[in-house]
Amino acid sequence: MSDILILNGRLVDPASGVDGERDLLLRDGRVAAVEVPGGLKEVMAKETGSQIIDAARMVVAPGLVDVHVHLREPGQTYKESIATGTAAAAAGGFTTVVAMPNTVPVNDSVAGLEWMLNAARGAVVKLFAMPAATFGSMGEEITDFHKLRRAGAVGFTDDGKPVLHDRVMREALVAAASIGAPVSQHAEDTRLTGGCSMNSGPVAFRLGLRGMTVQAEARIVERDIRLLRDIERHDGLRPHLHVQHVSTAKAMSLIREAKAEGLHVTCEVAPHHFTLTDEAVGDYDTNAKMNPPLRNDADRLAMIAGLMDGTVDCIATDHAPHALFEKEQEFERAPNGITGLETALGLALRVLHKGQGMTISRVMELMSAQPAGIVSLEERGTLRVGSFGDVVVFDPAAEWSFDAKRSRSKSKNTPFDGGTMVGKVMATICEGRVVYRG
Amino acid sequence: MGRNRCCWLNWWTELALIERVERKISGYAAGSLLTVADLPVAEIAAILAETDRIERMAAEDRVRMLAGRRIALLFYESSTRTRTSFELAAKSLGAITTLVSDKSSSIEKGESLKDTGLTLRALGAECIVLRHANSGAPYLLAKATGLSVLNAGDGMHEHPSQALLDLRTILARLPGVDGGRIDATTFAGVTVVITGDILHSRVARSNTLLLPKLGARVLLCGPPGLLPEDALGLSSNDDTGNVEIERDFNKALKQAQVVMMLRIQRERLAGLELDLGDYISRYQLSEERLAAYAPKALVMHPGPMIRGLEIAGEVADGPNSAVEDQVRHGLAVRKSLLVRALGAGGFESVTV
Repeated sequence: MSDILILNGRLVDPASGVDGERDLLLRDGRVAAVEVPGGLKEVMAKETGSQIIDAARMVVAPGLVDVHVHLREPGQTYKESIATGTAAAAAGGFTTVVAMPNTVPVNDSVAGLEWMLNAARGAVVKLFAMPAATFGSMGEEITDFHKLRRAGAVGFTDDGKPVLHDRVMREALVAAASIGAPVSQHAEDTRLTGGCSMNSGPVAFRLGLRGMTVQAEARIVERDIRLLRDIERHDGLRPHLHVQHVSTAKAMSLIREAKAEGLHVTCEVAPHHFTLTDEAVGDYDTNAKMNPPLRNDADRLAMIAGLMDGTVDCIATDHAPHALFEKEQEFERAPNGITGLETALGLALRVLHKGQGMTISRVMELMSAQPAGIVSLEERGTLRVGSFGDVVVFDPAAEWSFDAKRSRSKSKNTPFDGGTMVGKVMATICEGRVVYRG
Repeated sequence: MGRNRCCWLNWWTELALIERVERKISGYAAGSLLTVADLPVAEIAAILAETDRIERMAAEDRVRMLAGRRIALLFYESSTRTRTSFELAAKSLGAITTLVSDKSSSIEKGESLKDTGLTLRALGAECIVLRHANSGAPYLLAKATGLSVLNAGDGMHEHPSQALLDLRTILARLPGVDGGRIDATTFAGVTVVITGDILHSRVARSNTLLLPKLGARVLLCGPPGLLPEDALGLSSNDDTGNVEIERDFNKALKQAQVVMMLRIQRERLAGLELDLGDYISRYQLSEERLAAYAPKALVMHPGPMIRGLEIAGEVADGPNSAVEDQVRHGLAVRKSLLVRALGAGGFESVTV
C-alpha cells in the first residue's frame, strides 16, 4: 500500500478540534502525520512512489460514518448488494457503514453475521453490522448478544419493526448494557399504524391515505425512556438507547428531556426528514414514501432545531434501496424507503450549513465523530495520528444536481433525483485506499 | 411498396408523437380526469356545456360521436352505478367497450396495474376508466400508459365524475340557481351540508374540492372519528366558497340548501369503534329532522344507501330526494367525460 499525501486542504477534524490548513499523510492504512502546510516536505522529498492529492479549496475530513443502512444482502440482491451499497457509500463520502439486520434471512445469528462481514462479500468501505435484537426480528425472544458481540456486532436492533413488548425491550436493554452496546430502536407503535402509508395530517386526508400519527412514534420513545430510567434505578446498569430516524417534534422533545435527565439516549435524523415535508408525496410519488414518513413543516423544523442544539447525535441515511418495479405500484402497496448514501452530505451542507449556518465542522461531527462514538468505533471518525486512514475530500462550495441514473446503488428510488446538492465529494479514502474519485 | 409503407409508418409515428406532446399536461394525457382539484372553472363549464349538448342530440347523431373508439373499463372494486353508467354512456356514443375486473382477469394471478394497463393499451384501448381500492392508482395508470384515464373512484381519494354529476343535479334542482351561468359565483350563498363518513368517502372529497370553486360553502358534518379536523385541508385559497366543520347535524341542516348523506363504509372502518344506535340518533336524516330543520333542502346520496342507517327510507323516496336524478345525471355527465377523454365532440380542439 503506497502512501497518500493530501496537500493544501482545509482539514476539519472536530474530534481533535482542528479546523485549518493542514497536510495529511496516510501510511499503512493509518493517519501517519498531520502537519501545517509545508511540514511534510521531508517526507515528500524521500517518497517518490506516494500518491498526492491536491486538496486546495477542499475540505479534508474524517470519512463519514452511517449507522443505519440497508444493504439487502443476503436475500434481496436485486435491490442492492454489499458491494454495490458500499460503492454508493464511497461515492457519498462514507468510509464506514452499519448494516441493518432485516435481510432474508434476518441477521440474527453468529453465522449470519460472520457471513455478512466476510471479505468475500466485497465491501468497498468498512462494514459493521447490527444484528437483530430478537430472533427473526419477531420481537419475542432476544438473540445471543454476548456471542454476537464477540463476532463483531456493534449494536442490536429489529429495525423496520419496533421491539414492541415492554418485557422484551427491557431484556434487550439489560443484555446490551452488560456488554456496552446500544439497542437501536425503530420507534413506531405498529398497533397504531396498520394500513398507514404516510404522515397523518391534511395532506394524507386530501390524498385519501391513512396516516401515521405523531403519537405512534412518541409512544415508543416514551416507553423506552421509561425503561432506561427503571433499569438504571433497579438494575444498577446504564443501558444505551439509540433512537433511529427521529421524525416528530414530540419525540425530539422527549429525547431532549431524557438527555437533560442524564439518561443514556442518543438519536439520529435522516436527511430527508430535515429536508422534505409530506407535501413531497405530491401525486402519490412512491419515492417520497418511507417509514417514518415525511412529516409536516413544524416537525421538519424541529429536526433542524434538534440538530442545531445538540439533541441530535448524528445524521444517518436509512439508505433503503428498492427495485423500480416495487416502487412502480399503488402508493399503499409500494415498499417503504429511499436511497440516501449519495445525497446525505449534499443535503446536510445545503440545508444545515448553507441554509442554517451550521459550521462545516459541526456537520462533520454529526456525520463522522458522533456516529462513530454511538457504536464505539475506535480510531474512526477522526484524523488524529494513529487513527484509521478514513478520509473524505470534498469541495464545500460546489453546487450540483444529483442524477439518480448515475448512482452506484443498484436502486434509484430517491426523491432527490435532479435535486440540488451542496458539496461534491472529490475523493473517499478508506483505511488508506482510495475507494472513490469524483 | 416497402418504401411507401415505411414512409407511412414514419408519418404515423410523427403524428402520434406530436399528438402525445400536445395532449399532455404535467405528465398525464389531456382528457384524463384524476382529480377535480385542478379543474379550472372554465373547464367545469365546458364539461357541463358538452353534457347539455350531447343530451340534446338525436340518438343517431350521438352514436356517431365515438363510433369505433375503444374504451376499457378496468374495475378492481365492485360497482353498480358507476360501472353501468360509464358502460351505457360509452355505448350510446358508439364506442366499443371491454370490461376487465380483478375477479376474472390476470390481476388475480398477480399482474401489476402497470402491466394490466400496458396490455390494454397494446390491445388498442384509447381510454381507461379505472375503479380501484387504492388511493392514487389512476395516477400510476395514467403515468404508465400515457392514455387518458378517468378516475371512477380510487380508494378514499376521489370520485370526480360523481362530484360533477352531483353538481349537475344541484344546478338542475336547486331553485334560484342559474344553471346556464357557470362561474365562481354560481353557488354564492348556497350551503351544501355533507354528513356522515367523510373520512372514508371519496365522494365527500371530490365534492368538497369541486363545489367551493363555484362559490358554495361546504359544511362537513360528522363525529370526529369519521370527520377529523384534517378534512379542512381540502379547502383551497383559490376558491370563492369555503369549507367548514359543524358537528351538530341539526345546526348544519338549518343552514343547508343541499344535504348530501354518506354511507358508513364498514369495509373501511379498520378497527374504528362506532355505536350505530348513537350515530343514528345524531346523524340520520330522518323525516322529522328534515321537516324540523331543512324542509326545503335538496336531499342527495351517492349510493349505495343503507336505508334506516344514515337515511330514512321515507326521506330517500320523498319529494326532497334527488337520488334518482343523480343517477340519471351520472349517465349524462359520463358521456361528456368520455368525449373529453378521447378529444372528440366539443373537446376536439382542446389541448390544455
